[in-house]
Amino acid sequence: MSLLPPFPAGMSRRHFLSHVAGAAALASPAVDFTNTLLANAPVMRKRRKAAIMLWMGGGPSTIDIWDLKPGAATGGPFKPIPTSADGVQICEHLPLLAKQMHHLAIVRSMSTREADHTRGRYYMHTGYVPNPSVDYPSYGAVIAHELADQAPDLEIPPFVSVGGGSVGPGFLGMTWAPFAVDSNGNVRNLEMGVDKARLERRLAMLNTIESRFIAEQRGGAADDHRRVVEKAVKLVTSPQMDAFQVAKEPREVQERYGTSSFARGCLMARRLVEAGVPFVEVDLGGWDNHAGIFDTLSQRKLPDLDRAMAALVADLAERGMLDDTVIVWMGEFGRTPNINGGGGRDHWARSWSAVVGGGGFRRGLVVGETSADGKEVTSEPFSSQDLMASVLKAMGISLETTFTAKNGRPMKIANSGKVIGELFA
Amino acid sequence: MHASPSRHRAWRSGLFVAAWGFAAIGSGGAAEDRDTGAVAFINERIASAWAEAELEPSPRATDGEWCRRVHLDLVGRVPTREELRAYLEDRSPAKRDALVSRLLGAEYVEEYARHFTDVWTTILVGRDTTNELVNRPGMRQWLRRVLARNMPYDRFMEELVTATGATTNREGVEGFNGATNFLSGKMEEMGVDNGVQATAKTAQIFLGLQVQCTQCHNHPFNKGKQNQFWELNAFFRQTQALRRREGGDDVRYVELVDSDWAGEGGNPQEAELFYELRNGVLKVAYPVFIDGTEISRSGYLPATMADGTPYGVNRRRELATLIRSSPLFPRAIVNRLWAHFLGSGFTKPVDDLGDHNPPSHPELFGGLADRFQEQGFDLKELMRWIVLSEPYALSSRGTRRNRSDDPSRGEKPAFTRFYLRQLTAEQLYESLLTATEADKTARAEDAAKTKDAWLSQFVVAFGTDEGDESTTFNGSIPQVLMMFNGDLVTRATSLGGGGFLDRIVSSDGTDAARINALYLAALARRPTAQEIKSASALVAARRGNVAEALQDVWWAVLNSNEFILNH
Repeated sequence: MSLLPPFPAGMSRRHFLSHVAGAAALASPAVDFTNTLLANAPVMRKRRKAAIMLWMGGGPSTIDIWDLKPGAATGGPFKPIPTSADGVQICEHLPLLAKQMHHLAIVRSMSTREADHTRGRYYMHTGYVPNPSVDYPSYGAVIAHELADQAPDLEIPPFVSVGGGSVGPGFLGMTWAPFAVDSNGNVRNLEMGVDKARLERRLAMLNTIESRFIAEQRGGAADDHRRVVEKAVKLVTSPQMDAFQVAKEPREVQERYGTSSFARGCLMARRLVEAGVPFVEVDLGGWDNHAGIFDTLSQRKLPDLDRAMAALVADLAERGMLDDTVIVWMGEFGRTPNINGGGGRDHWARSWSAVVGGGGFRRGLVVGETSADGKEVTSEPFSSQDLMASVLKAMGISLETTFTAKNGRPMKIANSGKVIGELFA
Repeated sequence: MHASPSRHRAWRSGLFVAAWGFAAIGSGGAAEDRDTGAVAFINERIASAWAEAELEPSPRATDGEWCRRVHLDLVGRVPTREELRAYLEDRSPAKRDALVSRLLGAEYVEEYARHFTDVWTTILVGRDTTNELVNRPGMRQWLRRVLARNMPYDRFMEELVTATGATTNREGVEGFNGATNFLSGKMEEMGVDNGVQATAKTAQIFLGLQVQCTQCHNHPFNKGKQNQFWELNAFFRQTQALRRREGGDDVRYVELVDSDWAGEGGNPQEAELFYELRNGVLKVAYPVFIDGTEISRSGYLPATMADGTPYGVNRRRELATLIRSSPLFPRAIVNRLWAHFLGSGFTKPVDDLGDHNPPSHPELFGGLADRFQEQGFDLKELMRWIVLSEPYALSSRGTRRNRSDDPSRGEKPAFTRFYLRQLTAEQLYESLLTATEADKTARAEDAAKTKDAWLSQFVVAFGTDEGDESTTFNGSIPQVLMMFNGDLVTRATSLGGGGFLDRIVSSDGTDAARINALYLAALARRPTAQEIKSASALVAARRGNVAEALQDVWWAVLNSNEFILNH
């Protein structure tokens, strides 16, 4: 006696999936409408809003990237260069991005207080400082939750995190958890290994056990599990999984983005947004440069960032997707204007820059400014919640939205942050 | 010259004073049965909090549920069918007591040590397997040894905090001490030996203090707090983690050593370190404990002069002594173990006992910590008290009278029921092996290696210098897919290799008895009538292919919420 072979001989995975797709009906009848909806996809796509967050894990040195201080003691060795946006200058090691700055806006007046990685990552992702009794949802969870209706045909998770873990869904629940994949788009354990009829029987049996346990009122985790199982079933049977396959892009497109894993992540983000995913986070770590920062930046980090991000912005613009796709570039904080004894910069939250673009944002400008040494914000300072509110507005999500946390407390979306006015026309 | 820091530190009590008023609870007379006394104390305090909150506890869990959870929590896996049967058949009123004694006794000592080695490895060195300065097998060897003999917890902490020697137990490596792995990977950041991570983790794990945060931003940046961090850090400055290489650049092992330290100012009599305020001003720090106790500023290790006068100090030894006498030391471990067994600590997170984060049951918390200390820091004794207590005996089923008691909704826990929680990746792994009656005769070390490789698929690193990490083993889609299709479950549900399912298929008895066996093995209960019906329908659909039908049932059982949750 042996297991059935995974696929009958000569059957492709795609073909197999078309057979199994019916199994997903157990989870959701929506699947029957897939084909109709796909036929209307170009129309839908126009209206769909999405955001791509480029997360710079470790805290990037924005004083060396977006807000240079040439000549100041804190300035470091890099020189500013002019860009395609009138009067906007950025680091000389970003020559390709310099040609795309007319699509983007730099906010040079970010000023926060969380200068610890864990806390800063949480704060910048949620708009809230960590709180022992309430777990807040991150950008991805909030946006996926708010835009759930715009792509009813979406079978892949609405919140995808490429190459990192992002921050979780908090009180919105595991339904809105980040779906983490590596930059090769590999999703492990996708092959079910049994035929459709058998999978259906297995799922029916599973449903019997799960339902009984849920009915016993033991707590939310029991029901959460069933919902995630439903999503997983949809996923394994979905042809939309193709969106993760960056290798299917034409070679010249792949070359344009570059060969780094961040580059593949950026390209995957564009494919996922095209498929209807409303939020994709792409991680580029390695910005925690306490020592030897200038070599690390000029030789490794900035060239990687430059090529991939410039390709992403240009690609979105050329495809007419930029008006509906918001880009957010940020890390958990910036780095100290003072250069330490090891030729590095340490954690610094008081004055740093973030970059946004696309969607309803004004483009090709700089918002805010810092002092000559970069140590103070000299214009109106902006917080994580202000940035989040602005991103949501640029996506057309109402800032009047209120969530109810699990303890019954109402929570204003983006922690009642105020929109950064200059970013909007 | 640098400004000398104040010698009067009583004002800096923010981290130290228990603003929540720990009542001193008497330990009772020498004749008191400490077990009964401690369990009664827990029950009484918990019940009075129920009354105050006008909550009623859930009824008790069934024998099968209790047997399952106590195995999961004490030995890290579900009970075998045999263990379950023995417990269900035991009619003695003291059977819970007897089972706990067995699980904590000689018979299960290896499994107990393996489970808590998993728990402590994650606490002490995280799940990241890529740090070349940490030898996980060395860490595990040490943990297994000291946990197997139930080393008192104060000694356990001292050995970790003061460890010197080699991280790796290999031929040709002298002076192996696995305890060094706690600090070996935390001494340097980007090539600078500053012990910042050692400071943060030691405070977090053994004192329940998040100095990393309070250092700069839990509250607006504050000079006093930054002092405290660096003064604690000064205890680690005689220590270095030296890479010992072989052949090329590969680190063969790390040696953790203490040596005389001249300080950053070059004066070993007053060995100081400098740190920078945000405004760029340099400040000086000497070793001062969180409660303000100062030790000698000497950077010399203990020695004697020619005339016999002793001088010098071992800073890490002094630190261990200070930690041991801190009231936060027993509290930190009591909170951690309480959360381990009851699914929620007295504070959340469990390792944040700062006074901004008051506990749910201050008297109980303080009283348990006092008893634990008086009892000689006996970890197994503390575990006995908790698992024999009433809150641990309750069902996880909510009732109309306690539905509001749900810490996952941000409420303070009242422990009116047993809170659901996911099995850890380690518990799930071991439970799958147990439920499928897999061969467990592999050498402990090989088994651990295989397990580590499996576990590593869930680790997500954040790309910071602090080695922050998270796990995808959190109830999200990748975990469900792993249970659907992963190697481990595929093996657990395979037919034809003479494994568990084959044995069930070929066993005597009815199909119902076989289905029964699957349920007992994984869920520690019998199937309901409805479940028998569904399973029978599967058998019928297979037109007599009972083996494959049972395979489908088994797949469903292992994929259920009931299997992957501790309830």
